[in-house]
Amino acid sequence: MATNEELKARRSRAKAMVLRKSSAGSAVPAVMFAIVIGVLVASTLFLHFDHIWWFPPAITPVGHQIDHQFLLTFIVTGIVFVLAQLTLAWMVFRYRDQGHKAHFVRGSHVLEVAWTTITLVIFVSLGVMAAHAWGEVHFGGPAPGALQVEVTGVQFQWNFRYPGPDGKFGRIVPADIDASVGNPLGLDPNDPEGKLNIVTPSLYLPVNRPIVLMIRSQDVIHSFFVRELRIKQDAVPGLVIPVHFTVNKIGTYEITCNQLCGLGHYHMHAFLHVLSQADFAQWEKKQWASLSTQ
Amino acid sequence: MSAHAPVHHTEAPKGWFRHYIFSLDHKIIGTQYILLGLSAVTIGVILSLFMRIHLVWPNAHIWGFANGIVSPEDYLRVVTMHGTLMVFFVLTTVPQSGFGNYFLPIQIGAPDMAFPTINMLSFWTTLLAMLVLLSSAFVPGGASISGWTAYAPLSAVGQIAGPGLGLGQTLWVISIALFCGGSLMSAINFIGTTIDLRTKGLSLMRLPLTVWGWFITACVALLAFGVLLAACILLLLDRLAKTSFFIPANLDVSGVLLHHAGGSPLLWQHLFWFFGHPEVYIAILPGMGIISHVLSTFSRKPVFGYKAMVYSLSAIGFLSFTVWGHHMFVSGMNPYSALAFSILTLVIGVPSAIKTFNWLGTLWGGRIHFTAAMLFAIGFVSVFVTGGLSGIFLAQPALDLYLHDTYYVIGHFHLIMGVAAIFAMFAATYYWFPKMFGRHMNETLGKVHFWCTFVGVYCIFMPMHYLGYAGDPRRYSSIESVNYLIPLHPVHYFISVAAFFTASAQLLFYWNFFWSMRHGKPAERNPWHATTLEWAVPTPVPHDNFAGRYPTVYRGPYEYSVPGAADDYIPQDIAPELVAKA
Amino acid sequence: MPPHTTVTDEIEIISSGGGAKPPLPTGGGDDGQRGERPEMPQRIYITGITVAMAGILMFFMALVSAFIVRKGLGSDWHSFPIPRILWANTAILLVSSLTLSYARRLFKRGDQPGFRHWWAVTTVLGLFFLVGQLIAWRQMVATGFYLASNASNSFFYVLTAAHGLHLLGGIIALLFVGWGRLRRLTLATASEIAGYYWHFMDGLWVFLFLLLLLGR
Repeated sequence: MATNEELKARRSRAKAMVLRKSSAGSAVPAVMFAIVIGVLVASTLFLHFDHIWWFPPAITPVGHQIDHQFLLTFIVTGIVFVLAQLTLAWMVFRYRDQGHKAHFVRGSHVLEVAWTTITLVIFVSLGVMAAHAWGEVHFGGPAPGALQVEVTGVQFQWNFRYPGPDGKFGRIVPADIDASVGNPLGLDPNDPEGKLNIVTPSLYLPVNRPIVLMIRSQDVIHSFFVRELRIKQDAVPGLVIPVHFTVNKIGTYEITCNQLCGLGHYHMHAFLHVLSQADFAQWEKKQWASLSTQ
Repeated sequence: MSAHAPVHHTEAPKGWFRHYIFSLDHKIIGTQYILLGLSAVTIGVILSLFMRIHLVWPNAHIWGFANGIVSPEDYLRVVTMHGTLMVFFVLTTVPQSGFGNYFLPIQIGAPDMAFPTINMLSFWTTLLAMLVLLSSAFVPGGASISGWTAYAPLSAVGQIAGPGLGLGQTLWVISIALFCGGSLMSAINFIGTTIDLRTKGLSLMRLPLTVWGWFITACVALLAFGVLLAACILLLLDRLAKTSFFIPANLDVSGVLLHHAGGSPLLWQHLFWFFGHPEVYIAILPGMGIISHVLSTFSRKPVFGYKAMVYSLSAIGFLSFTVWGHHMFVSGMNPYSALAFSILTLVIGVPSAIKTFNWLGTLWGGRIHFTAAMLFAIGFVSVFVTGGLSGIFLAQPALDLYLHDTYYVIGHFHLIMGVAAIFAMFAATYYWFPKMFGRHMNETLGKVHFWCTFVGVYCIFMPMHYLGYAGDPRRYSSIESVNYLIPLHPVHYFISVAAFFTASAQLLFYWNFFWSMRHGKPAERNPWHATTLEWAVPTPVPHDNFAGRYPTVYRGPYEYSVPGAADDYIPQDIAPELVAKA
Repeated sequence: MPPHTTVTDEIEIISSGGGAKPPLPTGGGDDGQRGERPEMPQRIYITGITVAMAGILMFFMALVSAFIVRKGLGSDWHSFPIPRILWANTAILLVSSLTLSYARRLFKRGDQPGFRHWWAVTTVLGLFFLVGQLIAWRQMVATGFYLASNASNSFFYVLTAAHGLHLLGGIIALLFVGWGRLRRLTLATASEIAGYYWHFMDGLWVFLFLLLLLGR
């Protein structure tokens, strides 16, 4: 038979245990975190794999390189994303207050070195790997014999200029800019090299031929962007910036302005028409013909 | 006991004006900054709702706008004011000058900031800056339409480039220049206070991580805001004195030929972003400190890897000055420098990752109490991971070619600044409210506020990444003109609905905040059983914080669940011989 | 806002830190002395001016890097003759640094009248510098080089104006020290930090002057 003291001790121990248990927190917040984070991770993975709202197919070789780099980055960051979010949800559930004492630890030197090194290597490697695609667009020059087209942004319209049959561009005189008389770029009427320059509001390009776009602006900063090309370049007044690529798919694509340029920024768009080489040559000839009769 | 040390009280000034308005007391000034930020964020959120309404319901009639319809110029004015208010007057003020002013001196055992008069001046300068900014909406031409980034030449050539670019833009520049002055004054105060006014025993490695966050932020601000001030002065001269710092020659704007010499629009971008990138770290660093602090308190564990946390805060502060070019990959900048900036940008992701690992380590093995403050701290880790990872894409120029200036970027920076940093402010509010006002905020309301907000912000900002993948450009006042935007309308609709839901949930916070000031449950001195010095002072906090008796610090700031101690926390200022043993 | 209360009772409980001596001076040891603001150690003003100078330096470095970038941009950078008076101004400012150092040495030796005399000389020299800068501006305008005439001119005016304004702040500080009616700073600290700032303005001017000379 237990003594009074023993019973008292047992009772107080029991009471202490009850107190500890009841001072434990509820599991509800932890479960809610698990649910929200679970939905976040699942929906993110689903929407990334299902491609509902996604990039249109690329139409340049560099575009495919960029897509490859994107996929690589997505896989790496995707794994980190899933692991980090699920770890958070698990930690929060596993270590919610259940009446126990917390595990006292200040840190781990080994872990710090490990995760710093691994993260550094992964991040920098991604950057180094992405450099190649970047170089394709901006380093080196265009291939010889590339078609040069001048792209000019102005509030709120794109104009494209092609050289004459001699491959030359005429001089531009800003004082002569007057869209109402059909001279939106300010071509110098006295310059013979400019006489056969084709000026259009749509961009026509031949397929499978190196292109270099000379991007410039008349007034404020605009930005030339075609999704399918995977290319974007700011049009900066005072500068002429070259961008080179080759298109390998015929079709019509939309050009948008991607740098806030004023009121009409949202409707400053144009169309890119990629034609077969034969169609393009025909188009060029037709334009030059009509220009030479003017 | 300290019965024999001479006690040097200081009393609060008499008179309502000296006490509440032109106060030199860092606690009052901190509160003033918080209220300024609260006003700014209220306006900012309402403006964002206008944006969302206009994009999805463009024919809706909205009171206050001409003809009841949001015109393209009004939309861009809203975009500009939203960004400017939020980045400057919310994210740069509240976490640093708001909570920092209030709690830095107390946490280091000081009676006030080093320079109380300059502290007061910095607040009034900031308030003046905000009033100047808001006034720009009411002048002829209205507010600026060039965005919070105010790229030249759009922002430099004046009214001919668009409405709001006249007086509205000038007032914007003046407002920002004033803000620079206020921030520089504040930075000097924070640095001086942290270096010189730490109490006995409080070495640098015993500082709470909140203090480290505020200190490093102040160092970054000190070196960054001077550059923005210089840029603003040059822009003002271009606008008013016909100089050509940023305006190139031969511009034809709306048919008007401008007579400028060969200035450089890229120069503005370099100067702006040299400030602008450190600025966004100024917005997040105090929050990181606060989150470490809150996670530790409510896990009942020391911060995992305290030294690593200090080094990573410092590394982020330092590196923040080396990455500004990642905003300019497609700007026409030298493509070789783009690669250098890219690598540095990826490197700056590393200390942020280290912090995330350490936050998870702080939770590991803990005894987690789910207070409202803790919920926001845990939520911070989730959104910070999400927002940070999308930065890995943007850091690579090859990928930025597509994603620059699309909604992907908007999703990225909102998750980091508009959500994570705000979560840190919410956590700070729920955590410190009992000390500031002597009463508790309602925990249930706080929890409901958290869950609605946590779900809501993900619903708003995750879809923006998909809009970015589809190539949806930023700052478009209408999504009707471009063909490939039409299939994205359902996504925009979803975002707008989520925005309304989330904004409404914030009403719970407003109610809780103001109601609890008067009617909340009275708070004891140390309701969270926390270790740092702000919990050692009585509530309400005396005018000079310690009533003349400054504490001595004997240990680090996060001594929770120390083996052998009776309580699961040991305050910093309790002498070792007085700590109760288990 | 919670009303202010005196809370000595609770302090007894929490300051079980064993009667820590306050790290801050207690103003002569008066028990219960009621001032409105707590005493601060003088070293905060040294830290403060050092930090402020770092911030100011960044401001000027931004202007200088804009100068260098803009100059390197194109062929439209036209040189202009530097107003001769700038040489005199530079000399005046350099001399003023010397007189200031001398004044501080006299102060440390306890020679108050000597300190005040040379401090006043420094202040006057500073004013001469500012007047000289204004004369330089007038000379520029007279020879047809205005603010917007050319980028090189624009930077001349911006850099000299920015420096001049900051120097004016320094002159105001010198006047405060000379007036002697300082409230929170001791005269020693005030003259020390004013001295640092003045030398900083001097060094900065020499740098800017060389930049304008070589870069114009």
